Amino acid sequence: MSPGPVRGATPNRRLGSVRGVSVLSPPGRRARPSAPETSRLSSAAREELRRRLLDLIEGHRVVIFSKSYCPHSARVKELFSSLGVECNILELDQVDNGASVQEVLSEITHQNTVPNIFVNKVHVGGCDRTFQAHQSGLLQKLLQEDPAYDYDLIVIGGGSGGLACAQEAAILGRKVMVLDFVAPSPQGTSWGLGGTCVNVGCVPKKLMHQAALLGQALTDSRRFGWEFSQQVKHNWGTLTEAVQTHVGSLNWGCRLSLREKAVAYVNAHGEFVEHHKVKATNGKGQKTCYTAAKFVIATGERPRYLGIQGAKEYCITSDDLFSLPYCPGATLVVGASYVALECAGFLAGLGLEVTVMVRSVLLRGFDQEMAERLGSSLERLGVRFLRKFVPVAVLQLQKGSPGKLKVVARSTEGPETVEGVYNTVLLAIGRDSCTKGIGLEKIGVKINEKNGKIPVNDMEQTNVPYVYAVGDVLEGKPQLTPVAMQAGKLLARRLFGGCLEKCDYVNVPTVVFTPLEYGCCGLSEERAAQEYQRENLEERVVGFHILGPNAGEITQGFAAAMKCGLTKRLLDDTVGIHPTCAEVFTTLEITKSSGLDIMQKGC
Amino acid sequence: MAALRGPAGRFRWRVRAVPGGARGAAAGQQCYDLLVIGGGSGGLACAKEAAQLGKKVAVVDYVEPSPRGTRWGLGGTCVNVGCIPKKLMHQAALLGGSLHDASHFGWEVAQPIRHDWRKMAEAVQNYVKSLNWGHRVQLQDRKVKYFNFKASFVNKHTVCGVSKGGKETLLSAEHIVIATGGRPRYPTHIEGALEYGITSDDIFWLKESPGRTLVVGASYVALECAGFLTGLGLDATVMMRSVPLRAFDQQMASLVTNHMASHGTRFLRGCIPLKVERLSDGQLQVTWVDLASDRKDTGTFDTVLWAVGRVPETGSLNLEKAGVRTSPDTQKILVDAQEATSVPHIYAIGDVAEGRPELTPTAIMAGRLLARRLCGQSSDLMDYDNVPTTVFTPLEYGCVGLSEEEAVARHGEDSVEVYHAYYKPLEFTVPERDASQCYIKVVCLREPPRLVLGLHFLGPNAGEVTQGFALGIKCGASYEQVMRTVGIHPTCAEEVVKLRISKRSGLDPTVTGC
Repeated sequence: MSPGPVRGATPNRRLGSVRGVSVLSPPGRRARPSAPETSRLSSAAREELRRRLLDLIEGHRVVIFSKSYCPHSARVKELFSSLGVECNILELDQVDNGASVQEVLSEITHQNTVPNIFVNKVHVGGCDRTFQAHQSGLLQKLLQEDPAYDYDLIVIGGGSGGLACAQEAAILGRKVMVLDFVAPSPQGTSWGLGGTCVNVGCVPKKLMHQAALLGQALTDSRRFGWEFSQQVKHNWGTLTEAVQTHVGSLNWGCRLSLREKAVAYVNAHGEFVEHHKVKATNGKGQKTCYTAAKFVIATGERPRYLGIQGAKEYCITSDDLFSLPYCPGATLVVGASYVALECAGFLAGLGLEVTVMVRSVLLRGFDQEMAERLGSSLERLGVRFLRKFVPVAVLQLQKGSPGKLKVVARSTEGPETVEGVYNTVLLAIGRDSCTKGIGLEKIGVKINEKNGKIPVNDMEQTNVPYVYAVGDVLEGKPQLTPVAMQAGKLLARRLFGGCLEKCDYVNVPTVVFTPLEYGCCGLSEERAAQEYQRENLEERVVGFHILGPNAGEITQGFAAAMKCGLTKRLLDDTVGIHPTCAEVFTTLEITKSSGLDIMQKGC
Repeated sequence: MAALRGPAGRFRWRVRAVPGGARGAAAGQQCYDLLVIGGGSGGLACAKEAAQLGKKVAVVDYVEPSPRGTRWGLGGTCVNVGCIPKKLMHQAALLGGSLHDASHFGWEVAQPIRHDWRKMAEAVQNYVKSLNWGHRVQLQDRKVKYFNFKASFVNKHTVCGVSKGGKETLLSAEHIVIATGGRPRYPTHIEGALEYGITSDDIFWLKESPGRTLVVGASYVALECAGFLTGLGLDATVMMRSVPLRAFDQQMASLVTNHMASHGTRFLRGCIPLKVERLSDGQLQVTWVDLASDRKDTGTFDTVLWAVGRVPETGSLNLEKAGVRTSPDTQKILVDAQEATSVPHIYAIGDVAEGRPELTPTAIMAGRLLARRLCGQSSDLMDYDNVPTTVFTPLEYGCVGLSEEEAVARHGEDSVEVYHAYYKPLEFTVPERDASQCYIKVVCLREPPRLVLGLHFLGPNAGEVTQGFALGIKCGASYEQVMRTVGIHPTCAEEVVKLRISKRSGLDPTVTGC
C-alpha cells in the first residue's frame, strides 16, 4: 500500500504538507501562481492521483483545496477557523503538481476553481456555497463530530433508476436503503415495487402492444394458409390478468433482488425533515426516521390530470389502464404524447373504437414528419383523430363497467364545441414530477417551480451537495428506463466506487411502440437543420428514424453504430441482411432534396 | 488488372476491334458494352447500375428446370427459390406460433386450427411472380436488353444464346459478367435420390403439402426448411452426417438445433442415407446408416428434400472457350479483388465466384460496385469482411464477424474475451414460451478497448437486430462503445448493450429481472 499523502510528519512536496492549519500561507503574501503545467498526465498517473485525492477526501473531516494567494480561500479558512474546526488544506500553488490536482479535482467535482471544500466526504463546493451551507445549518450538520448515519445511502423511489443505483451501491459494499411508496391513483389503482416501467409503463404497455400485434397476426395468418373460425373475439380480462401476473412476478423479482444485495427496503413514503434525515410514513401511517450520508431522489413522475369538471372523478390514466378490471370499450384518449398514441394504438388493435383528441402537434419533440406518418398509420387502423380540440368537461351519463361519459370539447381555434359519448376517457396529456411533499424545501433542494423538476449538474448532483437525483425527476434529461438505470448505476459507482464515468445523455435511442413502431436516435430533421447547415447534413449520421415493424429491435444496433461514429459512407459500405426491414438503411440512395420517388421497388 | 490501370489510372472504354472479330463482326450479331450472364441478384444489380451510367447492357437469363420439372422467372435464386419464398414460409410458420400465443393474450380463437399448404404456396408464388414481373419492368425502364437465353461462351468476347425454341443468337460485348449462381446438389451415389428426391428448387413451388418430410443435410437451407415445415405442423426430420451449420459458430449452431428439437423437429445425427425407394402406396422408404453404430435403419416419408450443398452453374458455360479458369475443387470461378476472372474483361460475381459469401446483398453490392468501376465512376472494391447474415430458423440466428472458434484461432484464446447472456424476451413471458435458447454473445479482443470481432444473436427478429450492430462493427465498434449505448426498453436487442458477464468469469450469464 502506498503511504497516504497526509499522514506522518514527513512533508510530502508532491501533494503538499496538509497537516492542520499549519500551512496557512501568511496573510497578504501573494505567491506567484504555479507555472501552468502542461497537463499531459498519463492515464495511469491520472488514475493514481485521483485515487490519492479520494483517499485524502475520505480520510479527513475537512479538506480544503486552496491557493495561498486566493482571497476566497482565505475567507473559507477564516470561517472554519472561527468555528474552531481543524482543516486539512492543500495549497495548489505550493505543490509541484498543483495544476494536475486541480484538473483531476474538477473531474471529480465538476468545479475547477478554488477553494474547493469537502466536509465529511461531502463535496460542499466553493466559497459561496460553503457560506450558504453555514447559513442554512448544513455545514454544522456536516461537521457533527460523529455523524453515525443509519445508512450510507438512502434512495427515495424504487423505480428503474432508484433500484439500479441502490443495488450498485450495495454491490460496492455500502449500507443502502430504498424507500418506495405508491400513492393510489384517483381511481384507486396502486402497485408494487419497481416503479413506472415495470408497473404502469414499458412492461405492461409492450405486452398490450404485443397483444394488438397478435391480433394483426391472426388476420395475416389466414393469408398465409392458416384456417380457423371467423369468430375471433378478444377477452380484456384474460389479457390484463396475464399482464398483471407478469408484473407481479417482476415486483417480486425486484424485492428478491434487493434482499439478495442486502438493500433495506421499506414500503413507505419518504420525506426530508432535516438535513440528512427522512421521515418514512408507511401505509398504516406509522412513521420512522432514518438518516444517511447521501440521498438519491428517484421519485419519478405520475400522469397529469386536467383541471376540468369530471376529470378526477371519471377519467383514467395510464396508471389505471393496464389493470382496468373491465374492457374500456369506446375510448377517448386525450393527448398526443407517445403514451397517448401507444395506448390508442393497442386499444384499436384489440378491436376497440378509439378517438384521440389532440390540442396541437403529435409527439412534440420528435421528428414531425415521422410523427405525422405515424398518425396516418394509426388512422389507417381505424383510430379517429380530433385535432385542435381540448376537453372542457366530462359528464357521467351512465354508471357501469364501463359506463358512459359525455365529453364536451372546445376548438383551440374558435368558439366551436363538440360533444362525444365514450365508455372511457384516458388522459395522457403529460406527467408531473413527484417532487412535492417529500420535504425538498426543508433541506433547500432547488426545483424548477414551473415543472417541478430537479436541476442537477452533469454528476446528477442537486444544489445540496449530498443530495442527488436520477430518472424522470431530472430537468432536461430523457425520461427513459435504460437512461435512469444507467445514470443510477454510474452515480453509485462515482459515489462509492471511485469511478468517474458520467452518464452520457447524447444520442439516446428510443422507440414509440405504436402498432407500426417508430424508432429513433439522435436529432430530428428539424433540430438537425437548426444545428447544422442543410448542405452538411448528408455525411455524418446525426439522426436515425424508422417507422415499421420491429423498429425497436432495429434501432438498437444503429444506436450502437452512432456511438461508434456512423457516417453515410459506412452505411453504404455495410452489407444488408436479406430479407429484413433493417437492410433498407444500407441502400438509401435518394436524398430528400432531390425530390425523387422513394418507393422501394423490387430487389 | 491492366484494363483498370490505364495511363490516367482510370479505366476507359476501349473502342478497338476485338481479336477474333467478335465485336460487330458476324452478321446478325449484337454488340454490347456489357453482357451479364445470369439474371439473379448480382447480375441484375450490375446490369442496372451500368445501364444507369449510360452503358449498353444486355442480360441473358435461363432457368434450367429442376429434375422435378420446377421452373421460374427472372430474378435468380433469392427471388424464386431462396430468400423471398423461404422468409415468407418462415413467416407462415411464425404466425402459427402467434396463433398459439394469441390465446394467452386474450384472443379467443376456436379450435381446430389447421394449415392449408395450397393457400400459402399460392400466395407465396403469386408474390414471387409479381417480383419476376417487377424485374422485367425494371430492366425495361433502364433500357437493359433482356434475353431468355441459355448462354455459353464462343470466345473471349462472344456468347452464344440459345432460346427455348432452340434458336441461336450471338452476343458480343466489351465486358462480360458471369453471375449464373448455383443450384442445389443432388447426391450422386444414392439410389433413388434423383428420381424421388426434391430440393429447395422445388419445395417453394409445390402445389400440395410435402407431408412427412425427410430433410437431408445440415446447411442453413436444410435447417430453415425443416424449421418452417415443423412450424406448419408437418412431421419433419433432419438427417445430418456431422455438425449443423458448419463454418458458423458451433455453440450457436447447437442452440439452433436444440431449439428446433424442442419444438418438434426430429434429428438423425451421424447418419447418411443409402437409398430411397418408392413403396406401392406412393410413400418413400429411406434406408440410412448410423455411422457410429454402423446400424441400418429405414423410415417412410412423403417427401425427401436434399439440402446437401449447392453446385455453381459453370458446367454449361463453355468457360474454356474464353479461357476462364475455375477451381478444380469447387468448380467455382476464380476471381481477384476486382471480381475479374483469369480473363481480365470477364468478371464473376455472386454465388458462382470462388470464396465469396453466398448471399444476395453481397452479390448486389459486388455487382453495383463492379459496374461503377467499369464505368469509371469509382475505384471502390467490395469489402467481403464482416458481412452479416441471418439464419431464419424458427428461432432466428443472426451473426456478423468472427465465430468464437475463428476468433480464438486467429488471435489465441488468451487474447479473446466473450461476453454472453441468456435472456428471456418479454413477449415470451405471457405465453410461457421456453427461452432456454435465447442467447447472445459478443466476441472481442481482450485488450482494451476490446474491439468487437463478432456478434451472435439467437432470438426473435435476429435479422432486424443484427443489421445495426453489423454497422457498428463496420464503424470499428469496441465493447466499451457498445456498453455505453443506452438500451431500448423493452426489446431483445437491448440485451446486447447490457452484456456484462464474460465467459472467462464462469459466472451465470442468465439475465434476471430488475
